[in-house]
Amino acid sequence: MTAQTASTVAAGCAAPDQAAPLPLSVDLEKETVITGTVQAAGGDPVAGAYVRLLDRSGEFTAEVVTSPAGQFRFFAAPGTWQLRALSRFGNGDATVTADRGVNEVSLAVA
Amino acid sequence: MSRESALVSADWAEKNIAAPGVVFVEVDEDTTAYDGGHIAGAIKLDWRTDLQDPVRRDFVNKEQFEALLSSRGIGNDDTVVLYGGNNNWFAAYAYWYFKLYGHGDVKLLDGGRKKWELDARPLSKDAVERPATQYVAQEQDLSIRAFRDDVVKAIGVQNLVDVRSPDEYAGRLLAPAHLPQEQAQRAGHIPTAISVPWSKAANEDGTFKSDSELAELYAAAGIDDSKDTIAYCRIGERSSHTWFVLQEILGKANVKNYDGSWTEYGSLVGVPVALGDEPGKA
Repeated sequence: MTAQTASTVAAGCAAPDQAAPLPLSVDLEKETVITGTVQAAGGDPVAGAYVRLLDRSGEFTAEVVTSPAGQFRFFAAPGTWQLRALSRFGNGDATVTADRGVNEVSLAVA
Repeated sequence: MSRESALVSADWAEKNIAAPGVVFVEVDEDTTAYDGGHIAGAIKLDWRTDLQDPVRRDFVNKEQFEALLSSRGIGNDDTVVLYGGNNNWFAAYAYWYFKLYGHGDVKLLDGGRKKWELDARPLSKDAVERPATQYVAQEQDLSIRAFRDDVVKAIGVQNLVDVRSPDEYAGRLLAPAHLPQEQAQRAGHIPTAISVPWSKAANEDGTFKSDSELAELYAAAGIDDSKDTIAYCRIGERSSHTWFVLQEILGKANVKNYDGSWTEYGSLVGVPVALGDEPGKA
């Protein structure tokens, strides 16, 4: 854990590649992963959308840019979260109640 | 300082892309964003590899900063316009960094990369080469940089502003939620620090809120203008955003950014830590 933790701390805050598989260092017994795809009205994935994670009070917690396949991913904590997407094709919202492990959610913009 | 002297709009930027003496600089940690398309003529700076010492945790020194800017073709008299992803977090960090080393004319592009993209403004993939310069930096202006001992002494005395998300402040999260939560440091915040998330100062498209909204935000949060102020976050980039708002847009005096921030403070032995949503006692 030590080497991995050190590299994580040094990594700063820039959003990691959203298309990459979950790093092996991510412990799904501990992490609450919220992930999914942003889709336009016709069901096409939206690349380059800005997806933000808002806490239960509506306050900003994080933001990522979707991958070429429209994917996003957050590391949160168990509880209720809001997702909001901004894109050139429109905006969209979703609510997710997350548990530890991987929580899939779809997010439509129009 | 004021909004007019420190900030430029996307419209201004698009009109001045090729203006002589204006250098656009994209600052990201992940430079693949720049490589996928950038403002025409903009050069890139990598937050981690260009601005941080490669071995110990600190900035590049004056000579290294001079060599960096000289090689990238930035002159002392150039107007440097910074922009980037992550709602301009790292661009604001670079702005503070350029100020730390005494650059004369530096501005932030309001809304950064996000507003530029959402507006569907043009991006270029052309390689950018600028002729080398002989850049001369000043000694670090420590009136805008706080160190850990300054922060410990400021508990209960100065305005301490924690700009992380409410869940990080309270200790429920250890990092922004786009990063894994397994972290070395303790959770919580510096006792007596007030919580004013950086995001409250920005609109959804990454632009800054109006002067009156910003003034009201920090007044309501309890910032005492008769006291000096230190802003911090996790690694000092989100707090650069708030430092920019307080000193460069609102013109408040004696505002420092604590670049060690929570990754340093939360690892110190023996310092007080507060948990939960309240500031806590000194």
